Amino acid sequence: MTDAPKAYLSRRYRVSASHRLHVEAYTPKQNRAAYGKCNNPHGHGHNYVVEVTVGGLVDDATGMVCNLAELDAFAQTNLLDRFDHMNLNTLEPFAALVPTTENFTIEVSRIFEQFPGAKLVRVRIEETANNSFEYPAEYPA
Amino acid sequence: MILLTRKAEFSSAHYYWNDAWSQQENQRVFGKCANRNGHGHNYTLEVTVAGEVDPISGFVVDLKELKDILEREVVSVYDHRHLNLEVPEFATRIPTTENIAIAIWNRLDGKIPSAKLHRVRVYEMPDLFADYYGER
Repeated sequence: MTDAPKAYLSRRYRVSASHRLHVEAYTPKQNRAAYGKCNNPHGHGHNYVVEVTVGGLVDDATGMVCNLAELDAFAQTNLLDRFDHMNLNTLEPFAALVPTTENFTIEVSRIFEQFPGAKLVRVRIEETANNSFEYPAEYPA
Repeated sequence: MILLTRKAEFSSAHYYWNDAWSQQENQRVFGKCANRNGHGHNYTLEVTVAGEVDPISGFVVDLKELKDILEREVVSVYDHRHLNLEVPEFATRIPTTENIAIAIWNRLDGKIPSAKLHRVRVYEMPDLFADYYGER
């Protein structure tokens, strides 16, 4: 039994990337019906805001849930270097998966589950100022 | 049950330093945040309370009263102050964003009439914030 407080730390990263919503399982007409202008052949892009929330006991010596520099370094290597200024459709996670922001959010969540410094609680991605996606849905853990 | 959130802002100085550690260790862990002359932020505080809607007033809590409580308990103590040097809870506890959220929870808990404190969120800057729900 511990008396240490449990808190959550959230950090927002910016990823600009392009994508095209198109699936082979649909006919051209079905793709157009499902995805509208998001199905335009050459893709389009967004300034995604990726908000990562980790949670845990606040370390008495540092006052922190996790070291922010470690989280930022992990994000640089595993999020920004892989996805920023890229075409999502050309990347390995989306080789056979349509890069909707739902699927992007789940993929980013899988990535940050590997962060060794603290437990991932949630990933929230703003595709535009009007659309955002959160995974997992339960929050706080 | 419904949630209601009120924001407030304060601008404060702080540094990160653990007296049990050498200067080298402090700089390794805290980087430039360990600069002993301190630095500062414009903090944004979001306080969320939970409660039932009063059938007559239609309020969970009187927002003016909540605003006055935040001003009295937090803003008047933290704003334009050096957190390490002038705010008692940070004499022995490092004023990280997490610890500021916890300290504000402890200042507010039980002081809001008719509603229960649900969450304290502190933004150190727009891309970095900490949440505390009173969990231990």
